[in-house]
Amino acid sequence: MPPMQPIISVTNLSKTYKSGFSALKGVDLSIRRGEIFALLGPNGAGKTTLISIICGLVNPSSGQVLADGHDIVTDYRAARAKIGLVPQELTTDAFETVWSTVNFSRGLFGKRRDPALVEQVLKDLTLWDKRDTQIRMLSGGMKRRVLIAKALAHEPQILFLDEPTAGVDVELRQDMWKLVRGLQERGVTIILTTHYIEEAEEMADRIGVISKGEIILVEEKAELMRKLGRKQLTLSLQEPLASVPPALASYNLALEAEGNELVYTYDTKAERTGITALLQDLSQANIRFKDLHTSQSSLEDIFVSLVRDRR
Amino acid sequence: MTAAIVNWHAIRAIYLFEMARTWRTPLQSIVSPVISTSLYFIVFGGAIGSHMPVIGGVPYGAFIVPGLIMLSLLTQSIANASFAIYFPKFTGTIYELLSAPVAWWEAVMAYVGAAATKSILLGLIILLTASFFVPEIRIEHPLFMLLFLALTATTFSLFGFIIGIWADGFERLQVVPLLIVTPLTFLGGSFYSIDMLPGFWRTVALFNPVVYLISGFRWSFYGVADVGLGVSLGMTLVFLAACIAVVGWIFRTGYRLKN
Repeated sequence: MPPMQPIISVTNLSKTYKSGFSALKGVDLSIRRGEIFALLGPNGAGKTTLISIICGLVNPSSGQVLADGHDIVTDYRAARAKIGLVPQELTTDAFETVWSTVNFSRGLFGKRRDPALVEQVLKDLTLWDKRDTQIRMLSGGMKRRVLIAKALAHEPQILFLDEPTAGVDVELRQDMWKLVRGLQERGVTIILTTHYIEEAEEMADRIGVISKGEIILVEEKAELMRKLGRKQLTLSLQEPLASVPPALASYNLALEAEGNELVYTYDTKAERTGITALLQDLSQANIRFKDLHTSQSSLEDIFVSLVRDRR
Repeated sequence: MTAAIVNWHAIRAIYLFEMARTWRTPLQSIVSPVISTSLYFIVFGGAIGSHMPVIGGVPYGAFIVPGLIMLSLLTQSIANASFAIYFPKFTGTIYELLSAPVAWWEAVMAYVGAAATKSILLGLIILLTASFFVPEIRIEHPLFMLLFLALTATTFSLFGFIIGIWADGFERLQVVPLLIVTPLTFLGGSFYSIDMLPGFWRTVALFNPVVYLISGFRWSFYGVADVGLGVSLGMTLVFLAACIAVVGWIFRTGYRLKN
């Protein structure tokens, strides 16, 4: 595949607020054209600051951002015309109707009126029936859909979703994921921040982890899970043990559930897992088990351990 | 598609949005200023005015009409424009404007244009109302009248826009109109000629920018003025230029808009 220019390239981006708080410290990040990128990080890590700078809500202290090759400061018109933003807070014009607010957004981004397109956007988000309703009459989930419709009304090539499913019911979350996949199929690049690891695990092609204003990791999701994912083999014993027998010391076993379970942790990327040897040694030590199961660490476990290690 | 030189779609969208807001609140936007001005006409023009001397050949009831229109024009321009930009800041919907491919002067054109349009319409409605109470009204220089109306509405909408950005609470939003603009208007010759003031206070009054607006506006009605027409126009343009400079600075630096 020929190397493609990244659709967003962030170079040495820093932001220090007037209070002296350093929200971003020399961030470098490239977003690939057409991917779904999940930005993970604890509260206050700098996720929203990063998005706000790229979208023009916050002035950077130093560094550069290019959106599809356009500098977001010197060539902001071209850069911003390509970007749609769905903010974290449900900030809407309470007294506007759904129809007028979405058409307003399209105009604001310099696009000619296109009722057919707006109709399609509203239908995709199941808002068509609510088009003449004032936004204040809508539920939280519906307001979230309105914000997405506003961001999509000018046909952006890049869509930022800042915590898109915070406080959203399961049904809407599923709808949103479907919508995001549909957008990706149409060539839209999507960058989402989320607290829900499940969401990143479900949606993202690549994952970036930000902590204390620094990007500490960017990785393909599958690669990340393979690399950092650990598997555990849990054996439920027939007879509880008081301690791990010395013969098994080299396996680094943990004794859990009041001596009723032996837990063996191993690397999925290792050539040999050592399970066969362990089972043989167990039977030689005359330890019998009645059940066993394996489990793989989730992205959440990975994330928690990554962020904890940095503290 | 390359971005247009001027984002007319955005200017149109904001302008229409702001105008639509007016029609949603006709009581606050149109009816209440008309009623309060009518009360002025009844009290000052009718009740008190009948005991007042003729000023510069103009009956008192007619004399105060331009001043009262100016009073409404100033306060409504400031109120319209300051609220228009303060409210999105307050609710957070300003994010969309800041993230849009809109130049600062385009946003200003749209917001100030809408606020000025409203106050010009209001000024004309008040003029119409006044003609019911004060039949002696005549307009000697209608083009200058419209020019002063438009210039003042634009200038003070810009001023209101600045206040709306500066304000970080509803109280501050009210402070400038209440504590500065209303006194300046009352002391600026809405209800009397500057010549009626004692010598010292006449000099003080000349530092009040509103004196020039009202004087010029009244001249366009009756051909009498406290200060020369050129000075009135000049001072109005100076204030307009100052407001444009401040708004430009605000958007270049992101003052009170971007962290």
